[in-house]
Amino acid sequence: MGIAKSASAAASGGLSDPAIDRKVTVYVMGKACEVPATATIMGAIEYAGHQIIRGAGCREGYCGACATIYRMSGDYKIRTGLACTTMVEEGMVLAQIPSVPAEKVVYDIEKLKPNVSAVQQTYPVVFRCVACNTCTRSCPQDIRVMDYVQAAKRGDIAAITELSYYCVACGLCMLRCPAEITQPLVATLAKRLYGRYLSKNSPELAVRVGAVADGRYDAEYAELMALGRSALSDRYYARDTE
Amino acid sequence: MKLSYYPGCTLKSHARNFDESTVASMARLGVEVKELDRWNCCGTVHGLASDDLMHRMAPITNLIRVKEESANAFMTSCAMCYNTLKRANQAVRADADALSTINDFLSLENTKYTGDVEVLHLLEILRDQVGFEKITSLVKRPLKGLRVACYYGCLLVRPESVAIDDVENPTVMEKLVTALGATPVRFPLKTECCGAYHTVGQPELIADRTNRILGNAYDGAADVVVVSCPLCAYNLDHRQQEARRIYSDFHPLPVLYFTQLMSIALGCDNAVLCFDLHHVDPQPALAGLGLV
Repeated sequence: MGIAKSASAAASGGLSDPAIDRKVTVYVMGKACEVPATATIMGAIEYAGHQIIRGAGCREGYCGACATIYRMSGDYKIRTGLACTTMVEEGMVLAQIPSVPAEKVVYDIEKLKPNVSAVQQTYPVVFRCVACNTCTRSCPQDIRVMDYVQAAKRGDIAAITELSYYCVACGLCMLRCPAEITQPLVATLAKRLYGRYLSKNSPELAVRVGAVADGRYDAEYAELMALGRSALSDRYYARDTE
Repeated sequence: MKLSYYPGCTLKSHARNFDESTVASMARLGVEVKELDRWNCCGTVHGLASDDLMHRMAPITNLIRVKEESANAFMTSCAMCYNTLKRANQAVRADADALSTINDFLSLENTKYTGDVEVLHLLEILRDQVGFEKITSLVKRPLKGLRVACYYGCLLVRPESVAIDDVENPTVMEKLVTALGATPVRFPLKTECCGAYHTVGQPELIADRTNRILGNAYDGAADVVVVSCPLCAYNLDHRQQEARRIYSDFHPLPVLYFTQLMSIALGCDNAVLCFDLHHVDPQPALAGLGLV
């Protein structure tokens, strides 16, 4: 089990904000817990006194480690989410997924081409898809998972890459798939093929890499490395962003 | 004229010659072929168990996509996609409970399917909406002297409820190639099954079918065979290698999609013909008549 009972349950620390004081009841491993209504699922589990030792990572919705399935009391639907970014609701019945078993196929990208044969050779399970769309329904990133599986069936590597861009590989789609397809691994294959064969060459990249190799930025690196934490933080938040 | 177009997976991979020649030749006929923005596999084979609703999800989802693009009909040139989509459509139109279960399962979709989309095959469009006379009037390079065996296989004419033409003796492709200036040949085995998926496990069975079917076309003095199904094309074209090995009197014949002949006759760019995808090169037969 990915959750261990912690010796010291988190305490509210004497706060008196009514928004934080409002509680909802959720069920963690079958047991009713009163948790703050403003908590994320992950926060609620920890508030209830559990230490998450598997199934937590970045805590910011990027890494996909904290897949959760849950039901709402009185509703037949199985719902899915990332524990770190999904807020608790009254009556949630929660189950954390520590990991999703999936067989990663070993392949040599140089021996594959960006076409349907690459999919057939590596992940032939793709062709079991019956287009039920359960994967799309289960995706916490709102990706049209089934559409990229269908693109895989016709070898459209660019479409897979585009459609699966925001995948965090939480694994919920492959857990729910009745055809037992390993969608995130297919998406990874497509992204590798895209990078190897289809992406545009960037002459600017070669110029910049050359400049780094020539030591043009060495002095700036040295200056940054010498900065203290707060000065570095100021620089970071003041940087130019697109 | 604008037409919603469902290409199907094989036309986007191993049968790009079918897809590209469909789009190019229809443009020459003044028909804008608009590929659906979203589509999935047709389901490939129509399941005969009436309660096997899981395998209706794929075709019905496609019909929902057609509705989402504000169309009430669409066209496909692949005989297998046509057959699967049309039979699924008929099955749910005849079974309100099944349709309700499917719509309930596809709860994520904003559009409900109500049986209100028509599935059409390209040959039906050419016959009923474009018209063979108009096609003849737009021919730039008549296929004069080309003797064509028109092969229908199973999926365009069986079962009878989805047949685009007479079940026993379809002639729509013969009329089309005549309109293009070619000569259709007598071809009694034109609706024989090619052996379909037995090609995976029993290639020698397909070699036998290919030998018989193409032998029959050869007896009619055909220069080429035209088809409307990528699986028929694979079996009749690529399995000629086995047929040649097993049957000493086998005569190779080029196999083309009917849209490739349309592309040639209507003066499309030869690049859409993608002859590199063929096992038996059609170019010698066509070049002999000055067509490529």
